[in-house]
Amino acid sequence: MNARLRNDFRARNHPAYWAFLVHRLSGLALALFLPVHFWALGQALQGAARLETFLRWTDSPLVKFAEWGLVVLLAAHLTGGLRLLALEFLPWRDWQKSLAAVAGGLALIAGLAFALAL
Amino acid sequence: MPREESQTVLDVVTYVQRHLDASLAYRFACRVGMCGSCAMTVNGQSRWTCRTHVSRVADDGRLEIAPLHNLPVVRDLVTDMTEFFDKWAKARGRFTGTRSRHEDFERVPPAGRREEVDAGIECIGCGVCYSACDVVSWNPDYAGPAALNRAWTLVQDVRDAATIERLRAVAGDAGAHACHTHMSCTERCPKQISPTAGIAGLKRAIAMAALKGEL
Repeated sequence: MNARLRNDFRARNHPAYWAFLVHRLSGLALALFLPVHFWALGQALQGAARLETFLRWTDSPLVKFAEWGLVVLLAAHLTGGLRLLALEFLPWRDWQKSLAAVAGGLALIAGLAFALAL
Repeated sequence: MPREESQTVLDVVTYVQRHLDASLAYRFACRVGMCGSCAMTVNGQSRWTCRTHVSRVADDGRLEIAPLHNLPVVRDLVTDMTEFFDKWAKARGRFTGTRSRHEDFERVPPAGRREEVDAGIECIGCGVCYSACDVVSWNPDYAGPAALNRAWTLVQDVRDAATIERLRAVAGDAGAHACHTHMSCTERCPKQISPTAGIAGLKRAIAMAALKGEL
């Protein structure tokens, strides 16, 4: 079998591929966060005081910043997923790039709203 | 390389073959964007070279011309496209009619489903979408955008009588459901076809047929 060439970033550099990357990477990051999330909830099983100590720790600015990152990831994954559902289940329109832009915009609005509420 | 007005990438390749290296192997036929044989990658992106102007794609006066991706290279700029076309056959890309030559023509309404067929059958089989698709790289069994686009045009064709067999052929991990919606095929198709639209349509048609218990 002769060699085959593969695509590099030059072939992938277009909006729908960026949307795919955002969706895939945010999904992986959220999956990695999930065990930590359950561990945090598990602190409640050790008593109210233990949970309280943990929650106090989450008030520190660095953790708040990380939390903001999580909210943006979650919003990006949610809007990206809605975009895919629209693409696959609604009749096709040639607005796919606008749809990706709307998904990205909504995710940023969610991030901004969370940052303002902090 | 002398620069000329309206010079195409295929002109450049031809110049190289005729004046600089007679051993260069490449493929072309019509030179006007109909036959689909001159597709290559230019600066990393799959393109039809006969209708790609150098002035539009040269990056700082430089062109990197390579064979199509995702296909075995035979020599220089020539790829073996056997698997590309075999996958069309595997996706049941052949029309299956019900009438014989002794019967009258079928009258097909030009609006609705036929419009989707008309969009998809502009495909010239150049292999640009297959080359641009990452899923083809990741999953060698994947039918690829062109074969699925072909299947979609037949599923939408009211005269075709093999819809269920075709949907069976294009469902699953080697068919429509492997698509990750990168839309590189849609981005690069020189005929502005959207195979992603056809693949999404196939997924909907497969889901509907499955719900009705037809698959």
